Amino acid sequence: MAKLFDKIKSFVDKKILKNTHKRENIQSDFVLETRGLGISFGGLKAAQNVNLRIKKNEIYGLIGPNGAGKTTVFNLLTGVYQPTEGAFYLNGEDLTALPQDKINHKGIARTFQNIRLFNNMTVIRNVMVGLANQPEYNCSLFESIFRLPRHFKVEKAMRQRAKEILRIFDLEDERNNLACNLPYGKQRKLEIARALATNPKLLLLDEPAAGMNPNETEDLVNTIKTIRDNFDMTILLIEHDMKFVSGLCDEITVLNFGTVLAEGDTKTALNNPDVIKAYIGG
Amino acid sequence: MKIVKKNLNYIIIGSVAFIMMILGIVGLPLSITELLEKIAIAIILAVSLNMVVGFLGELSLGHAGFMCIGAYMGGKLAALLSSSLGGTNILTVILALIVGGLCAGICGFIVGLPALRLRGDYLAIVTLAFGEIVKNIVENSDFFGGQTGLKSPQFIKNRFILFTIGFLVVLLTIFVIQNIIKSKHGRAITAIRDNEIAAKATGINVTKYKLMGFVVSAVFAGLAGALYSFTCSNIQAITFDYNYSIEILVIVVLGGMTVNGSIISATLITALNTILQTKLGGSFAVAKDLIYALILILVVIYKNAPALKDFREKYNLGNLWRKIFKHKNDPSTVRDDATRWDVVPTKISMDEVLSTEIIVDNTGDNSADIGERGGNK
Repeated sequence: MAKLFDKIKSFVDKKILKNTHKRENIQSDFVLETRGLGISFGGLKAAQNVNLRIKKNEIYGLIGPNGAGKTTVFNLLTGVYQPTEGAFYLNGEDLTALPQDKINHKGIARTFQNIRLFNNMTVIRNVMVGLANQPEYNCSLFESIFRLPRHFKVEKAMRQRAKEILRIFDLEDERNNLACNLPYGKQRKLEIARALATNPKLLLLDEPAAGMNPNETEDLVNTIKTIRDNFDMTILLIEHDMKFVSGLCDEITVLNFGTVLAEGDTKTALNNPDVIKAYIGG
Repeated sequence: MKIVKKNLNYIIIGSVAFIMMILGIVGLPLSITELLEKIAIAIILAVSLNMVVGFLGELSLGHAGFMCIGAYMGGKLAALLSSSLGGTNILTVILALIVGGLCAGICGFIVGLPALRLRGDYLAIVTLAFGEIVKNIVENSDFFGGQTGLKSPQFIKNRFILFTIGFLVVLLTIFVIQNIIKSKHGRAITAIRDNEIAAKATGINVTKYKLMGFVVSAVFAGLAGALYSFTCSNIQAITFDYNYSIEILVIVVLGGMTVNGSIISATLITALNTILQTKLGGSFAVAKDLIYALILILVVIYKNAPALKDFREKYNLGNLWRKIFKHKNDPSTVRDDATRWDVVPTKISMDEVLSTEIIVDNTGDNSADIGERGGNK
């Protein structure tokens, strides 16, 4: 059934959606490498010639004024949009123009600018949804319906793992609450926890500190550092808070009007006269 | 008490089966057997539609269409078999059920593949159109009896066996759908209901799970249809019009879009409908729809009116349940992850938020705390 489904889907992709991008893997030392990535909506070039090179275990910032195309780049990297030009590679594997769930399986997970949790489900179930696609928690529909031993084994293991992840985020005591009843800061944390549960190689955070007070922001900085160290994770984040960015990021890329304005080491890039001009004007 | 609570499902099923056995030996009047069969069919339809409406969060108005396919395919097969074998037996019924369910499932797959790419109202329109198309095709094909309807092989001699099969199919439906929802597949389905964009980003194959929910729901609608084909003497395509789909939807919505609620409301509404139909004869027959609608409106008002909030909280079945099994606010009996999988709780929590009163604590500790804070500033 699943094979038939895939065949139909690939047929639709090729013949109907005319998705002609040919995937070719490359040799790359970087976790994420994009080559001339860009998208245009009709005449509007929302992102153009974006070249990111993110090393392993790096916290990489993507900044820019409003409407610069930061979230568009995120949407390209997670398959929400199909790029009209260029390609991107995760550990040298071409992931361009794959559907969203496949990209997630390959190892890119994200959070959203405006929080998108599964509101009517408990906290632990939110995380367990994220765990479901990993091969060690594989369990067919048949096994679930007839409650074969594998079902119970998998459920128990998933619950255990979800608890471990929640413990890192200080959410273990809230695991039976509904996600919509959590305070704002914890909802943000839960979203990151859910993204981590999918076992990614690269984590994309879209404005993780938006709407947080200074204490919560500081807490978040520590959390992100813990994630990088504990999970051996590479992180790409969008942020407007410059103090947050300069305190956390190893390298940044500055976007403006869909093009790259400056890139490289955080301090040098932020002191680039073009960047200052773009932010302050003049 | 603990043993009772743990095995409650089996006790209920066992006792119902026991009662049915005694009644079967004693012999029931035909009207009551017919009512029970109708209730069984309504429960199967409601629980399976709830899979799409309650858990998947999509509006499907073509449930009667799937039932129609099950009824005609199953009925036709049973008619062919009984004419060649010279009579119906249990094997015929089971074969008809399987074929009816499978055909409906295949149709569900074919319809669902393009339709589930649509959202909300558009999906409702497509499924509505599907139901009407099926009805019209069947009505105009001579193979299925055309306008006069398909003559079905009846089970008049032993209605009790038919009812038992119906009872088993109801159990199968609830068993399968509950187990799907309480597994990782069910979590994926409810995640799609809650937030489709986030579900995609979390690695859920949205099309696959939507299709899974849709096909499972269609299969059980087909089973209900095949069952239906044995209960009536003549299958009329006009029965399966969109009114019937909406009637099932009403049952699901009144049941609060949960499995348990669907079962209860299917039972009550079918019983109400049948009783009104038999009691109101002659010129009062018109009043049937009126009374039915009035009762529905009253139920909806009772469930939602703010003025009745206190009354609802004081006298509801949930409280009674908690009183009997005494697990109110007792942390030791609250299970891990509480498995409140069958509840759609947004409305309830909103209710709580709106009614929250600020409780002023006048104890000494509190005022000292405020004083301290003021002093620090």
